Amino acid sequence: MGAVLLLSVGTVWGLAFAPADYQQGNSFRIMYIHVPTAIVAQSSYMMMGVAGLILLVWRMKLADVVAAAIVPLGFSMTLIALFTGAIWGKPTWGTWWIWDARTTSMLVLLFLFIGVGALRDAISSVETAGRACAVLAVVGMINIPIIKYSVDWWLTLHQSSSISLTSAPTMPSSMWVPLLLNILGMYCFFGAVLTSAVRTGILIREQNTVWVAEVVAGEVDNDVF
Amino acid sequence: MKKSGFTMHPVRKKRLLIVLFVFFGLALAVTLTMQALNQNINLFYPPDEMVDGSAPQNIQIRAGGMVKADSLNRLHDSLEVRFTISDLKGSEFPVKYVGILPDMFREGQGVIATGKLLDNGTFEATEVLAKHDENYMPPELQDMVKKNDS
Amino acid sequence: MFFDSFGAFLAMGGHAFYVWLAFGLTLLLILGNIWRVRALRRTFFRQYMSKQVRSREDMKELHL
Repeated sequence: MGAVLLLSVGTVWGLAFAPADYQQGNSFRIMYIHVPTAIVAQSSYMMMGVAGLILLVWRMKLADVVAAAIVPLGFSMTLIALFTGAIWGKPTWGTWWIWDARTTSMLVLLFLFIGVGALRDAISSVETAGRACAVLAVVGMINIPIIKYSVDWWLTLHQSSSISLTSAPTMPSSMWVPLLLNILGMYCFFGAVLTSAVRTGILIREQNTVWVAEVVAGEVDNDVF
Repeated sequence: MKKSGFTMHPVRKKRLLIVLFVFFGLALAVTLTMQALNQNINLFYPPDEMVDGSAPQNIQIRAGGMVKADSLNRLHDSLEVRFTISDLKGSEFPVKYVGILPDMFREGQGVIATGKLLDNGTFEATEVLAKHDENYMPPELQDMVKKNDS
Repeated sequence: MFFDSFGAFLAMGGHAFYVWLAFGLTLLLILGNIWRVRALRRTFFRQYMSKQVRSREDMKELHL
């Protein structure tokens, strides 16, 4: 619910009420989804990497369920970020795509999500698949700082970050407040969908236990679905 | 086993160390590779490298920088344009381009051009892309900034 | 409101195609993800129930 509220307020504000950019005009409004999805995509990968570490070291089964649930969601977020980036790039840069450090490392993130997903599908043993995915997820975390700092370390077409935790945003509040709402909203959306997927994932893994039978019976009685 | 404080099962500790060792080993490898490839990861040559001879001549490269103010010259009855790319620190080089410039092309804004550096120091571009910075501003605010500057 | 009219809002100062394409695709993928996790949950319950019914029938046969 929080996700719906934040995202709709942020989006309507960003689309209809925020002023246009003096250079880019109205195409800069694509930022209101490009930035939040890109941030959440990277956060979700970090979360998957940490879950992988927990699985490898502490053998916690829940971590594997979480990691598995993140894959399609993180993939979607990365895909949206890349798509909206391309759509934004055409009217501003003059090209849909360029192989600079930022865009390429973001494409690598997409392939990492695809790779982790494919690896899980390829291995039939749940336990082995989980460990293999965890190794790939942990190793792939190297890509996250590369994405983040690519615009500072190398010369790229992509501009530097407009907002950060440590410095003032490079735009007036009428522009960054809706952006902040959408970032929070995108995190809430991610959290809500992930929670649902994890809950189902746990039920599937534990389906031979008594407590799952009780949960299912309870949900059927309440006619939840 | 200690009674208080953070303790770890030795097996888990070993596993954690292996994972961290592998991770940081690979991170080091990636860092070294990127150090070696540094010049290739850069998308374009900045103006100072175009001027001091470190950019190769007569092969297709990308060059970028700021479009110098009041340097844009459109030739009559053709699509040919000439402008100067500068780093605002003294290095600059002339660009020749035949074609349509992107909407976002502005004097004083960033630009990245693909083309060849000719022997006479002119960059003959076949494609020009606009680079914008991370600052966003409403039009009215920009007008105010301009007024204050003048 | 930044725009003068609803028409101007839709036109996005000439960038309508890009802006609405970006927002449309995003909405599609967001709704797709919500649908996906709901379908996952429904499928699990349906399969679980049918499995239970089957095992109950197996038990009946055993009693016979």
